[in-house]
Amino acid sequence: MNNTMKSDLAKVQGLGSAKHGVGHWKLQRVSAIGMIPLILWFIPSLMLTIISGYNEAILWIQNPFNATGLILLLGTIFFHASLGLQVVIEDYVHSEGLKIISITFIKLLSILLGVLSILCVLKIFL
Amino acid sequence: MNRPRPLSPHLQIYKPQITSVLSIMHRITGVSLSIGSIILVAWVVALASGLESYSYFINITNHWFSHLILFGFTFALYYHLSNGIRHLFWDAGFGFELKSVYLSGSLVLFTAFIMTISTWSFIYFFENFTI
Repeated sequence: MNNTMKSDLAKVQGLGSAKHGVGHWKLQRVSAIGMIPLILWFIPSLMLTIISGYNEAILWIQNPFNATGLILLLGTIFFHASLGLQVVIEDYVHSEGLKIISITFIKLLSILLGVLSILCVLKIFL
Repeated sequence: MNRPRPLSPHLQIYKPQITSVLSIMHRITGVSLSIGSIILVAWVVALASGLESYSYFINITNHWFSHLILFGFTFALYYHLSNGIRHLFWDAGFGFELKSVYLSGSLVLFTAFIMTISTWSFIYFFENFTI
């Protein structure tokens, strides 16, 4: 019971209500800041490509800068979304088991959708 | 030891205020955008699968009901973007005075509405999405 090998800090870490440090909070902000320029660039581009049709959209993605931006955006979207949904689940789902299951599900689904969409961009680009 | 933890006051007893309504809207739009991101995935998947799949995708998006969903999605996006920036200012320690909170809140709503209307005016100016 009296684990003297642990430092005072190690004994209390993780005991707060959040069960972790500021890592999640910081990553949520970093991904948010990263998405501001990406979204402001992507929306007008998407509007232009979606009214100009298939060939234009393909050509647009084949530009290396556009492909880079789109891949960064897709990755950040699913990362930011999984962090956000995690907080919502932690706040409203009170059963510990269901909480862990739904957070795991959200994380796996985000990875799946992120990989799928990025792979599609690469297929068009290559 | 196992005393129940204190509960926050129940939301139902509060009169809705611009501060609380905008706050919950940030969550609602965030969750909606997460679900709506599947539309973006569908767009790249359709593009990568060829012209036939893409025309199928565009035909679905041109339905009036899809426009309705996309309109909501656009508003959610602009709202979450502007209110997210507002949150970042708070994180940096700015804009906590009640006056600023009300002002930035109205500004967020105004920006989201204007940007949504502009986006859809542009789309309708060109009639529709094309294949």
